[in-house]
Amino acid sequence: MTYTQLAVVAVVATALLDLLVLRTDVLRTRTFWKAYAIVLFFQLVTNGVLTGFRIVRYDGAAIVGSSTGASTPAFLGDGRIGFAPVEDLLFGFALVVQSVAWWVFWGRKLSSGKLSEREPPAPTPDPQQRGDGEAAPSRAP
Amino acid sequence: MGRLAYVGVLGFCLLGTAWLEVVLGVRVYRQWRRLLLTVLPVVTVFVVWDLYAIARGHWTFDAGHTTRVVLPGRLPLDELLFFVVIPICALLSFEAVRTVLARRADGQP
Repeated sequence: MTYTQLAVVAVVATALLDLLVLRTDVLRTRTFWKAYAIVLFFQLVTNGVLTGFRIVRYDGAAIVGSSTGASTPAFLGDGRIGFAPVEDLLFGFALVVQSVAWWVFWGRKLSSGKLSEREPPAPTPDPQQRGDGEAAPSRAP
Repeated sequence: MGRLAYVGVLGFCLLGTAWLEVVLGVRVYRQWRRLLLTVLPVVTVFVVWDLYAIARGHWTFDAGHTTRVVLPGRLPLDELLFFVVIPICALLSFEAVRTVLARRADGQP
């Protein structure tokens, strides 16, 4: 499979992991999307360094754009955003969602199993909090 | 930039997010067991993907900008560290947003 195909598969598999397997529903929370917007900005900056300076180089056969050649790749266009292949956006998204989903999952497991490292216990559901973007049962004290 | 360029970028990411734990009081590093359990499956999945991509030549790494410590499967150490550092940064950002939103909901500054 190409990087393009794998990246699309990864996003779908990651959504299934979050919504069906772990049932963490991170993707349905406002908290996640606000955090993701911040992470995405810094991804564009740091990934721009890694790809713009050609520290990581890509084969044109595996991506929408063309190969990283002898000179700096396109900043925008030719399947690139900020020097990085557009596929990296999907890759990064999958990486971030999987991380947060497992984090929320273990947060629940550990606090319900009394293995918590001073994580406050899950509060009783507050009607006002329904669907307001709280991803995990614990809140800052 | 030299051979520390890649790990330098990762160091920037770690330093750029560490203050959230210290100043904002977000608890990510301090829940080290939860953090370990989170990073482990993520690293596993993405290293497998990386090894496949490296084997198929999807991407390559500039030896002049990496540590040149290469793990089995031609995986640069820099790349393995990437899959540990980036999830930590993502979790710190997520917890920071949650902390700020919770404080706001509680009417705190």
